[in-house]
Amino acid sequence: MEKFMYLFIEDATQTGQASPEEMQAGMQKWFDWIDKLKATNQYGSGEPLLPSGKIIKGPNKVVTDGPFAESKELVSGYFIVLAKDIDHATEMAKDCPILEMGGDLVVRPVQKV
Amino acid sequence: MPEHGTVNQLVGHLFRHEAGKMAAVLTRLLGFQNINIAEDLVQDTLLQAMSVWKFKGVPGNPEAWLYTVARNKAIDYLRSEKRKQAVDDQLSVLLKSEWTLVPTVKNHFLNHEIEDSQLRMIFACCHPAIPYESQIALTLKTLCGLSVREIANGFLTTDEVIAKRIYRAKEKLREENISMEIPAANLKPRLASVLKTLYLLFNEGYNSSHTSELIREDLCSEAMRLCILLTRNELCNLPATNALLALMCLQASRFDSRMDSEGEIILLKDQDRSIWNKKLIEKGFLYLQRSAAGPGRNEYQLEASIAACHAMASDFDKTDWSTIYALYSDLAILKPGSVVEMNRAIAKGYSTSPQEGLSLLLVIEGLENNHFYQTALGDFYKKLDKYEDARIAYGRALELTPSEKQKELLRKKILDTGR
Repeated sequence: MEKFMYLFIEDATQTGQASPEEMQAGMQKWFDWIDKLKATNQYGSGEPLLPSGKIIKGPNKVVTDGPFAESKELVSGYFIVLAKDIDHATEMAKDCPILEMGGDLVVRPVQKV
Repeated sequence: MPEHGTVNQLVGHLFRHEAGKMAAVLTRLLGFQNINIAEDLVQDTLLQAMSVWKFKGVPGNPEAWLYTVARNKAIDYLRSEKRKQAVDDQLSVLLKSEWTLVPTVKNHFLNHEIEDSQLRMIFACCHPAIPYESQIALTLKTLCGLSVREIANGFLTTDEVIAKRIYRAKEKLREENISMEIPAANLKPRLASVLKTLYLLFNEGYNSSHTSELIREDLCSEAMRLCILLTRNELCNLPATNALLALMCLQASRFDSRMDSEGEIILLKDQDRSIWNKKLIEKGFLYLQRSAAGPGRNEYQLEASIAACHAMASDFDKTDWSTIYALYSDLAILKPGSVVEMNRAIAKGYSTSPQEGLSLLLVIEGLENNHFYQTALGDFYKKLDKYEDARIAYGRALELTPSEKQKELLRKKILDTGR
């Protein structure tokens, strides 16, 4: 099994409109998906990311504030998952409920040392 | 390696119910003029929960988690805005001082205070200055956590109509400077207004056809939830409150048997009594007993007693029609109306004789175009061997009913009169 990173990209303006009931239903789908990954020992870890942050640029170390207003799409969090190869990891990602809620998912292999 | 929480199941309508509770608390803290801000803070809290729980799993005590986040958002808002205008002066004094701000906000998120805020909110949303339809929309939005679209779906109307109703209701609350309190001094009429709204909300869920069964069940369960809240308060736990809750329980016990899979109404006579919910019937009887504590009888008590008579009958023929007739007779005085008269006449027909039922039916005005009325007429005519009259009445009912099932039944009845 290899390690892969799932990067979740969400449009905060979209999820902001959901009703409490819709949010709960969306979250339940998400949990069901994770449970599936966990059942086959493919879920590693994950962290949510706040929309705010800082950007530091260049040798002059210019610091600017997030949120990154130029794009509505933000990385909302990441998972580390275990899969046979990139195709397997991509297949697993297709079940992610984020795709039905206007979000995207990026799959990146973790480089082996 | 797995760090994800083990319990990844959200109970019932957690988000919706907690949204209603938090909105009540925050509106009490920020004041009615800031009800929209309170709702925004609730939405932010839920979004935050969603983004964190998705990665970390559901916390052990999700309610407490939500309250902590909402509490901190309220404190931040109160600090930054310097608008510490709570609805009552005492509260606004406490929110103005940095020493008391945090403990005061925290205190309002304690369980008994949350319930208290919900009750205050019920009385505000169901204020008689607001038309009933707007009261219902506002109640569903703020206390039950339904979105405008969900409410519109429940009432078969557009988002715009519901949004307008809610907007006007909020305006009215501001204009009239309605305070968020349990009106102890003026309790009877104010509570009557609240009960009426909950009654209408329940009936909307119970009777409306052509909306999804899920929405209907939601409307009924929300009405019951708020009614239970009222019975838990010493001041509001009055006979009328218990009677309404009894009525809701008894009606809800027939929820699954009252419509077929196509959403057509199944008459009491044809319902499968074995699927009536016995637990709810028991609760209905319990609350009905409690409602008998005070003097005099209210309309909810009479309606609940009628529902209880039906619940007690093991089959349609064993129904205690003479008691039902007496109850409808009392109800006709408290709540006059042609539908009550019709039901009274039908009860008379079953309890005494078809002839007496028919006589009572024939003097009712205004139901000529009601298919239930025409069907009842036909049934009594048939029992009296007046087949020609029965055919005419059934024929009218056939033209009037929108239901395919009913049409089929009526055609069968017409055939039967030919023999």
